[in-house]
Amino acid sequence: MSAAQGTAGRDLRMGHAARDIVSKRIIVGYGFWIFLLSDIIMFSAFFAAYAVLSGQTAGGPSGRDVFHLHIVAIETACLLLSSFTCGVASIGARAHNSLMYYGSMAVTAVLGAAFLFLEAREFAGMNAIGAGPSRSAFLSSFFTLVGCHGLHVTLGLLWLLTMMAQVFAKGYRHDILRRILCFSLFWHTLDIIWIGIFTVVYLTGMAQ
Amino acid sequence: MSDAGQALYLHPGDTAPGDERPDRHEIAQGLIGYLIGLGLAALITVVAFFLAITGQLLVWGPSIPIALFVLAIAQMGVHLVFFLHITSGPDNTNNVLALAFGVLIVLLLIVGSLWIMTHLNQNMLPMDRIMQMQR
Repeated sequence: MSAAQGTAGRDLRMGHAARDIVSKRIIVGYGFWIFLLSDIIMFSAFFAAYAVLSGQTAGGPSGRDVFHLHIVAIETACLLLSSFTCGVASIGARAHNSLMYYGSMAVTAVLGAAFLFLEAREFAGMNAIGAGPSRSAFLSSFFTLVGCHGLHVTLGLLWLLTMMAQVFAKGYRHDILRRILCFSLFWHTLDIIWIGIFTVVYLTGMAQ
Repeated sequence: MSDAGQALYLHPGDTAPGDERPDRHEIAQGLIGYLIGLGLAALITVVAFFLAITGQLLVWGPSIPIALFVLAIAQMGVHLVFFLHITSGPDNTNNVLALAFGVLIVLLLIVGSLWIMTHLNQNMLPMDRIMQMQR
């Protein structure tokens, strides 16, 4: 009995010691993961609003009239490929391989910019034919949901360029590598949210 | 006995979300993981777009939104496993539990909103009747 207690006490002490030496990378990554989940919860509110309001066109255009699936397919390809190149960049950063890191970060930036360009053109085209956010509840919720995602991609693009500059100026320091981890989590999460958008908004809107 | 006790109390070590297990830090291994993820995600995306465009001719219409929904969930799973490296391993328990709580809130929000709003819609007068009464 006393031997068992002794063992348990030693194990608990070791557990305490192990908690003290948990690396900062795990703490930072976990904290950012919690933030991303709260971001996803915010998006789910916009998704719920869109799902409720998508039929309320107020006599205006419906999804079938304003969506162009071939544009959406190109946007989807851009984001999916950029998610892949972002993963390659994080491997390059961990291996301190500059060609791999800068090369794939640059490709990620170009793909993200292409996505934003296509989305901005889509929004401008809809505004031009009188299908702006003030036309109907459907279009209000559409621009809120898709526009909020586009805003996130814009911020992600600025963050991406910042990370390229920081590695250039400061090298592969531990704190810089932690920021790259957070950035890649952010970018992959944006792609997961885009899966929801192209399924719920575009594909379901065209299939109905 | 003491082995079992140690296995219970000792931390197996945690892994940050987005990181692979510490024993998998080879460049080639990492690339293969991302390539598998890209291939699976591209396959699911192509099937979803194909279904939405030509599905009306091939399958029963009302089943298409459900099929699209299932494909989206599957693709989100592929992204979580191959891009974000969220696994069922003991080093990932914290990440999975945080994700589970997030999914719970998301489901409550979306299913709850849809449930309440369709119920209200059923109990509402049609809009043209309301207009008549206001006249």
